[in-house]
Amino acid sequence: MVYENPDGVMIGLEIHIQLNKLKSKMFCGCSTDYHDAEPNTHTCPVCLGLPGALPVLNREVVKAAIKVGLALEGEIAEETQFHRKNYFYPDLPRGFQTTQYDYPIVSKGKVVIEGEDGEHEVGIWRAHMEDDPGRLVHIGSIAKSKGVMINYNRSGMPLIETVTAPDMRSPKEARRFLDKFRNILEYLGVFDGNLEGAMRMDANVSIGGGTRVEIKNISSHKGVEKALLYEIMRQKNVIRRGGEIVQETRHFDEARGVTMSMRTKEEAEDYRYFREPDLVPMRVSDWIPEIRKTLPELPDAKRARFMEQYGIADMHAKALTSSILLADFYEGVCEKSADPKTAATWAADVLLGELNYRDLVVASYDGVTLGCINDKDHEIVNSFKVDDMVELIALFTDGKISDKSAVEVIRTLLDSEEEKAPTQIVEEKGLFKAEDDLVTKAVSEAITENEAAVQDYLGGAEKSLNFLVGQVMKKTKGTADAKTARELLVKKLKG
Amino acid sequence: MITKEDVEHIGWLARIEISEQEKAEYMEKLNSVLDYFGQLDEVSTEDVPPTYHVIDLHDVFREDVAKESLSQEEVLANTEHTQEGAFRVPKIG
Repeated sequence: MVYENPDGVMIGLEIHIQLNKLKSKMFCGCSTDYHDAEPNTHTCPVCLGLPGALPVLNREVVKAAIKVGLALEGEIAEETQFHRKNYFYPDLPRGFQTTQYDYPIVSKGKVVIEGEDGEHEVGIWRAHMEDDPGRLVHIGSIAKSKGVMINYNRSGMPLIETVTAPDMRSPKEARRFLDKFRNILEYLGVFDGNLEGAMRMDANVSIGGGTRVEIKNISSHKGVEKALLYEIMRQKNVIRRGGEIVQETRHFDEARGVTMSMRTKEEAEDYRYFREPDLVPMRVSDWIPEIRKTLPELPDAKRARFMEQYGIADMHAKALTSSILLADFYEGVCEKSADPKTAATWAADVLLGELNYRDLVVASYDGVTLGCINDKDHEIVNSFKVDDMVELIALFTDGKISDKSAVEVIRTLLDSEEEKAPTQIVEEKGLFKAEDDLVTKAVSEAITENEAAVQDYLGGAEKSLNFLVGQVMKKTKGTADAKTARELLVKKLKG
Repeated sequence: MITKEDVEHIGWLARIEISEQEKAEYMEKLNSVLDYFGQLDEVSTEDVPPTYHVIDLHDVFREDVAKESLSQEEVLANTEHTQEGAFRVPKIG
């Protein structure tokens, strides 16, 4: 099936990622570990833009950019350099941003996503290095602001900006691209997407080959999808009423789910780009072979290997490789467990499902414990041990607990404050599978107590059997194996 | 040729207010600077590659090592306008 793209939607994205795993900032030695720090305690003459201060480029920023470029299958420039992008805004203490202009370090890459109609390629136009401005906090609301407080701790943080071709044909594809892109970059280990401000996005969208509109500074993947859905609807309405789409920049109000026009007077030429005279050009293409050797196995390759090596379904392999941490956790379990297929089911279907249900995301893995944090406030709230998963799988595959009980154990492990092993939980909650005679007794009782259902079933109503199985489960407090209960019932009634 | 509108636009980009008298003055001065640089057009540069640095230096890097930053007191020492450890500036609009 080919996706028709009825509205002729074309979406392009610009994504800023902060290289927050480096130790020092882009052009100075200030620490990048400022997220919980007091304002203006991680700054120096360079990142404050004091007169006479000179930048010296952090080698690891260039290496990270090349790594990203190679992972996106792009070309790395033979020679590359920095420019000044000039504008006055209080978050930018020097009056210019140090960025790249006509010679970005990376060009012509691509990312293959799961599109509306199967595999879909999204072109990467370029990726370049630039520094982050400081952070502004408006006193009161933006509209009724009484003033602005500036914290320069973020100023000079290294960023990589990636610009895609307008190859996405729906908000869903844009979201899929972002998920994949972030996943690739987390595999590379160049950034931690869970830290505040780690990833910021701009989206541009046009319909039917018309004028494109840019939506600035969206902070989440979900936000991008919502902003685009709204914006496409808005553009369609304007055209239906006989109006015209004007080229403009819009702001996305996440709380209200709408985009609003932003007045901008600055045009591209107003930025007066010129070569940064305080930094020299880079000829770093000879670093490529060494950096290529450090590239990890990327998500697609890992997914294929998981299917091959562990014999698991594509759906499971995809879910497990959606986070490098989860993938490592799964392999940690497989090393100690004889049954990788069961491990995949419990990790991908149940554990991941329970995490999603609790709005938790995987944030760390140290080879022993998977750490999970709340997706909203990023507080560390939960953890799950490899050994617990191994023990749980053994209990299940040995037939000691039912699948329903296994889910209950996973929930308890996630929600309990105390550290308890799965076996202990099973004991305390009495989740061991019922002895066979207990089930037999429950089956007999269910039959005698539910005359009507028995008659219905014998009269051909298959559904009534489900009711009787339910009664057996109730009597055994869920410890019976549903399949066994069903077989016993059928045997007793028909056999 | 720099016009009065150009001067106004440049003033806006720099976020500074310029009086009518200053506009005329800056227009003259900026045009004189432009004329001065215009002399370069008299030299033929057809086969000359562009030069951005007078010395052919490239690949200057530092290692990724974190060093001590300035203290908050030092950072804020040059301003009277502070609030909760931050620089305070008028509203932007």
